[in-house]
Formats: sequence, structure tokens, C-alpha cells
Amino acid sequence: MSLIEVENLSIQYNKKTVLSHVDLKVDPGEIVTIVGPNGSGKTSLFKAILGSIETSAGHVQKMPGLRIGYVPQKLHIDPTLPITVERFLRLNGQVDRSACRAALEAAGVPDLLKQQMSRLSGGQFQRVLLARALIDRPDILLLDEATQGLDQAGSASFYRQIENVRNETGCAILMISHELHVVMSASDRVVCLNGHVCCAGTPAVVASAPEYRALFGTGTGGALALYRHDHDHQHDHDHDHDHDHPHPANEVAH
Amino acid sequence: MLDDFMTRATLAGIGVAIAAAPLGCFVVWRRMAYFGDATAHAAILGVALSLAFQTSIFIGTVAIALVMATTVTLLSGRGYAMDTILGVLAHSSLAFGLVAVSFLSGVRIDLMAYLFGDILAVSRVDLAVIWGGAIVVVGLIAWRWSALLTSTLNEELAFAAGLNPRREQLILTLSLAITVAVAIKVVGVLLIAAMLIIPAAAARGLSRTPEAMAVIAAVIGVFSAVVGLRGAYVFDTPAGPSIVCVAAVLFALFGVLGSARGSKSI
Repeated sequence: MSLIEVENLSIQYNKKTVLSHVDLKVDPGEIVTIVGPNGSGKTSLFKAILGSIETSAGHVQKMPGLRIGYVPQKLHIDPTLPITVERFLRLNGQVDRSACRAALEAAGVPDLLKQQMSRLSGGQFQRVLLARALIDRPDILLLDEATQGLDQAGSASFYRQIENVRNETGCAILMISHELHVVMSASDRVVCLNGHVCCAGTPAVVASAPEYRALFGTGTGGALALYRHDHDHQHDHDHDHDHDHPHPANEVAH
Repeated sequence: MLDDFMTRATLAGIGVAIAAAPLGCFVVWRRMAYFGDATAHAAILGVALSLAFQTSIFIGTVAIALVMATTVTLLSGRGYAMDTILGVLAHSSLAFGLVAVSFLSGVRIDLMAYLFGDILAVSRVDLAVIWGGAIVVVGLIAWRWSALLTSTLNEELAFAAGLNPRREQLILTLSLAITVAVAIKVVGVLLIAAMLIIPAAAARGLSRTPEAMAVIAAVIGVFSAVVGLRGAYVFDTPAGPSIVCVAAVLFALFGVLGSARGSKSI
């Protein structure tokens, strides 16, 4: 049985249709990525899955007893609220200190236990959020642009961590991401969203779909080339030719 | 022991301080300071209505505080900023309350007692109401502590953990209504928000965890109540405001200490 099954979901917000007739399914151990332009309803879809907004049609079915680990896009902790990393990890109750240590280790930031959350750097903070999501041994991780605010090296290593987590624990991953070439190389399936599902399938299928090209331009074909290149030949892609271009369209130069 | 008015006053102050401390922390963390103020100001309308209908003042104020909270929730997200909504509601309910009180001919009520509290006139029954209310509030917050904390940090995080932040919000609203109702006698409607916010704010610089902040706020609140009352007795100053003054001085003191410590350890 699928972990999460979204059927014919529609959402209206202030009388404006945000999502219409969306179908989505996530199976155990899968990495599924949602891409789409700003305002395409990605975050609303996540909120509907979490149950924090009302849906106007269709339904979201979760496997009974499903444990969700959620990593929000941004978490603002009010400066008046003192909280250590350890206390933050223990929010859900029954967690001992060694479990906290293990979760921090898995997220790649050991030794932060006694730090105040307000003193963490952006990268440390996102990893602590990941550790918190992992601590309950979730069946599925929901990541909402979890690498926002990280530099390219930081987000690359964040995604490697995610892949490790999947490989080690077998937990499924549903994520929203803007970083197209990461998406293309790390996902089993990609869903392209723009108020509705434009196209969906393996990265290769999505990247060559005309709907996807209409949204992201043909330039992202380069990202796909990079992906194929990576996977067919196992080349080391850590060399520093123009990867620091901010826009995926630049990848066409490859 | 309870025959002495100072003893009763001190116990009343301690009761309110203990209820207000953990609730006050959430008021500070969730930026509900104005919300607390609005609820407290609305209570004067509750007082007027209870006197008019000859029901208990406790029930009247709790009811009006809940109506107030619901109204705020309904009006929010309709094109006005939150502080505007609260400003309108807080002051208009205070005004309507004062006007309503003036219609109550035949009943002579001491308005000042409700605006600024009348802690020295606390009876045994009042004391029972105050401590009963305080125990309910502390019990509610302790029971939902983790859920409240998670909802305060992030709504989606709470939903992902299977909690309902709206229910937690309701718990806070209810606690606030009860606290306002029991604190009227002690500090009066104009200074209730001070008892919520000042001890919690003073505790911030001294705390590393949310739990520590709640406990330290309670200690600060109790200390302020005891010392403030003593001061009021010795210097013949109004009791409620004296308690708030002590809390404010502690806030300034710990604020300076806290920021000195904070800048060193960064």
C-alpha cells in the first residue's frame, strides 16, 4: 500500500483556486520531488497532506499509523523563546539523550546538543530540523525547500545526507525543490506542478515533456544532460566549471 | 491565619503570579501581549454585565473574555492588521464597559477597585476562587505543555506530529480568560497584562529552556507580589501598582544582567 495517496485534490484559498485535480502517490522508500514555479501550489499541497488547510475537493489518504517527519521551509523561533537543540529534539516527548545524539549524527551535526537554537548558523539550523524530523523514525520525510538559504556546497551535502538517510532507513522522501539539477539526479520520480499536475514520471520523462519545457525553458535540458552524463559514466562532477551560475538555463552551455 | 487581611492579600497575589507565569510565557512567545491586554480590558464589560444580571463576577468576566477572544479570531485575516483589531476591541470594550457601569443606578460600585484592583479587600471566598482558577490554569498548561510548545514553534510541525494547533490555541484562550477573571481583584483590569508579560520577559535572559523560563517567571512573579505588598503597606502606596513596579524593576535589572552575559558568551 502507498504511504500517501492524494486523489483528485483541489484547494481554494480566498476564493482563488490554488490546486485542481491533483493526483499523487508515494510508495515506501521512494524519493519523489515536486517542482514548479512560484505560486504553483507546492506548499499548499504539502499543507493539505499534513492536514493544516482545508481541501475543497478530493482527498488525502495516509497509511494508517503513518509517521511523518516534516522539515519546514523556514522555522522562525521567536527570540523571546529560549530553547536548546536537545530540548527542541525532545519536543515530541519520549526521546532520550542517546536518541538525540544519534539523530544529530545522522543529520551530520553532532556536538550541537547544548547549543541554543538561536545561535545556530543557517546550515546547522536546517540540519537540526532534519534531525528532529528523523528522531521519530518516520516512514516518510516531507521536505519543503529544506535547503533554502544554504549555499551550493551546503545544499549538495544536505541532499547527500537525505539520500544516505533513505538508503539506511528506507524511509520515503517527498520534497519540494527549486534546484533542478539536484532534483534530476536524486529523484526516483518528479512531479511538475503548476496549479495542476503538468507532467510526472522519471526525471528523464519529465525533463523532455513539453509542459516542463514550457515552464522551465529548454535550458534545463542541460540539467538533464548533466544527470545522464553523471549516471551513465560515473564521472566525478566536483570540478568547478560554471556550476555556480544561479539559473539552470545557463546549463545549456554544457 | 486567614483572618489577617495582609495574609489573604499575599496569598491572593501569589496565586495570580503562579497562574500568570507559564501563561505569560506563551503570551510573550506567541506575541499575544496585545491580545492579553484586550481580553483584560473587555473584562470591565463583564463586570458591568454581571452586576446588572446579578451573577458572579467570575462567570461574567470569563464569558466576556471568551467572547472577546472569539471575536478577535473571527475578525483577523479580514484586511485589518492584528494590532489594529486589538486596539479597536480593547479600547471600545473598555469604553462600553465604563458606560455600561454608569447605567447601573442603585448599585454603587467602586470603579477604581476593578480598574486597579483591591487586593487588600480579598475575602476567603475570593481567595478560594483565585486559587481554584490558578490551579485550573496551571493544570491545563502543564497537561498540554509539549503540544502548546510545538504549536507555538510552528503550526505545520504540530500538524505533522498529529496535533491540532487550533485546539491548543483554545486552551490558551481559556486559560487567559480564567486568569483575567481571577486577577481583576488583585491588580485590576488595567494591569493584568503586566502580571502576564513582565515576569516572563524578566525571566527570558536568565533561561536556557522554555521550562526554566516558566519556573523563573513564577519565582519573579511571586517575589514581586510579596515585596510589592509589603512595600504598599510600609509606604502606603496602592497595592496592585506596587506589585507591578517591583516586577518592572526586576525586569530592568535582569535585562541588564542578561544582555551583559549574552554579549560575553557570543
